[in-house]
Amino acid sequence: MTGRLGLAVAVAAVAAVPSVAPTYHVLLMLPFMAYGVVLLGLNLLFGYTGLVSFGHALFIGIGAYTGAFLTSNFGVRSLEAIVLTAALLGAVVAAPVATLCVRYVKIYFGMLTLAFGMVFYTFVLKFYRLTGGDEGIPYLRPSLLGFGLEGIPKTDYLTGPYYYYSLVVLVLAAAVMWRIVRSPFGLCLKTIRDNPAKAETLGIGVGRYRWYAFMISAVYASVGGALLGAPIGNVDPTLVYWTHSGNIVFMTLLGGFASFFGPILGAFVFIYLEDFLKSLAPSYWRLIFGALLAAIVIFAPGGLMGLVRRARPLRAA
Amino acid sequence: MILRAEGLRKFYGEFCALDGVSLAVGAGEFVSIIGPNGAGKSTLINVLTGVLRPSAGTVRLNDRDITGIGPVRLARLGMARSFQLVQIFPDLTVMETLQAAVVSRLGRGTRLFASLARDRAVEDGALEVAELFRLADKRHTLSRQLPQGDKKLLDVASAFALRPEIILLDEPTSGVSTADKTVIMEILVSAGRRIGLKAIIQVEHDMDIVFGYSDRIIALHQGRVLADATPAEIQADAHVVDTVIGRKTARPGGSR
Repeated sequence: MTGRLGLAVAVAAVAAVPSVAPTYHVLLMLPFMAYGVVLLGLNLLFGYTGLVSFGHALFIGIGAYTGAFLTSNFGVRSLEAIVLTAALLGAVVAAPVATLCVRYVKIYFGMLTLAFGMVFYTFVLKFYRLTGGDEGIPYLRPSLLGFGLEGIPKTDYLTGPYYYYSLVVLVLAAAVMWRIVRSPFGLCLKTIRDNPAKAETLGIGVGRYRWYAFMISAVYASVGGALLGAPIGNVDPTLVYWTHSGNIVFMTLLGGFASFFGPILGAFVFIYLEDFLKSLAPSYWRLIFGALLAAIVIFAPGGLMGLVRRARPLRAA
Repeated sequence: MILRAEGLRKFYGEFCALDGVSLAVGAGEFVSIIGPNGAGKSTLINVLTGVLRPSAGTVRLNDRDITGIGPVRLARLGMARSFQLVQIFPDLTVMETLQAAVVSRLGRGTRLFASLARDRAVEDGALEVAELFRLADKRHTLSRQLPQGDKKLLDVASAFALRPEIILLDEPTSGVSTADKTVIMEILVSAGRRIGLKAIIQVEHDMDIVFGYSDRIIALHQGRVLADATPAEIQADAHVVDTVIGRKTARPGGSR
């Protein structure tokens, strides 16, 4: 029950942020919630299936570019339509990528996802007329649930309706993922993570399940990307660059891939820490970040959630 | 016949690991495959379980060609196996391991949004096998925290949870103490009866186990079947005893 209570408190706290925190911090929460959705998906692949993707920025990019295309080129402003289209396009692109990647494991899987990410990055960078090249495409303010909300200032829009919209999407995404990891399907993924050869002798088709997990994670990343792009207002290739894929893996490690909520905590800490370090040491923040990652891998392989669990071993999450 | 293999040959480059092996296993049989190291036992198991495709020959399960079809489809067709080196899911509990096997058997692995915890059929199926294998008390223990003997039992139990018609056990008692060996064998023979298992094939080095439990023994030597006979007949065949068993380990008139 402490788990449920903690979760309720956490959601309530996030919901309360716009009323209590300064605008600057409220705005920082927007990418946190978008990444939260991305990481729920990434961790189905990482923590539950045992596959580390270094190419998921590709799907974040699909989601963000979908929003930019639809709002700028097609006059579609509905965020619901954008999210659904992003999910669909993410799945369409992921299908062949997943088919090729899930034949491999470990570093080979990681390198192949990285390679697809690079190909996509080059594509958005070079096809200037379609993607705007390095300038990108504007992601115009989307309407929420049919409300245009054009009249209110951008900050009010982002810290008000958009903020709560993102929170609802994150909570829904988490609820759905919570069911998935506790389903018979989720159990099959865990057998594959632990011992694929043994899973096969139990009649569990490893390739097929890895494919499903990849597809679900890509759809989550695309939806997260669609949420991530709107507050920025302009979608450019940095979103798709491989370091972005690295960042989300870092967030997952930071929070702890062995725990359901670990990656979400990781996203939160990552974003605030990055912001803090950038203001503290503008030239050296990456150095501190890198050292921190090394320290986590060495001293706390379970991430921040691992530390929490070690302190409270009875807690079941 | 449940399982029938004919003319199995397997080459690794020039080396001939199996040189025309034929065998048949019928309902109600407990068959042991014995032979010295390098006789081709492991290759034979991997060919029979569809992991390896033979260079020549066929394997048929209930008259259906299963040659080289791979472990996933084979599990669905009613043949399960366990491994010589114990294979577990380290971070899953005993219960989760058995549930995974039952989920697979019932074809429920693609139920994305169903609750595993509320699936009575899966829970009951897993619990039944846990009880048969005396693992019910430890059902919430992580597999990696089990003692070696229990890991071995869990490996075999998860194969039984598929409710196969025939099971292939690769050294079911290797790596466990002599005292535990008999316990394991007793458990798996009685569990086999309870779940309606039709036949057991085992590869085993311990001749007490082999002669104590087998209806029939197949002795392999240099990739060929040297003998295929009852324990008593094997015991009486000086050539087989010399070549495959070695006098020291053979116990005359092995007891059941």
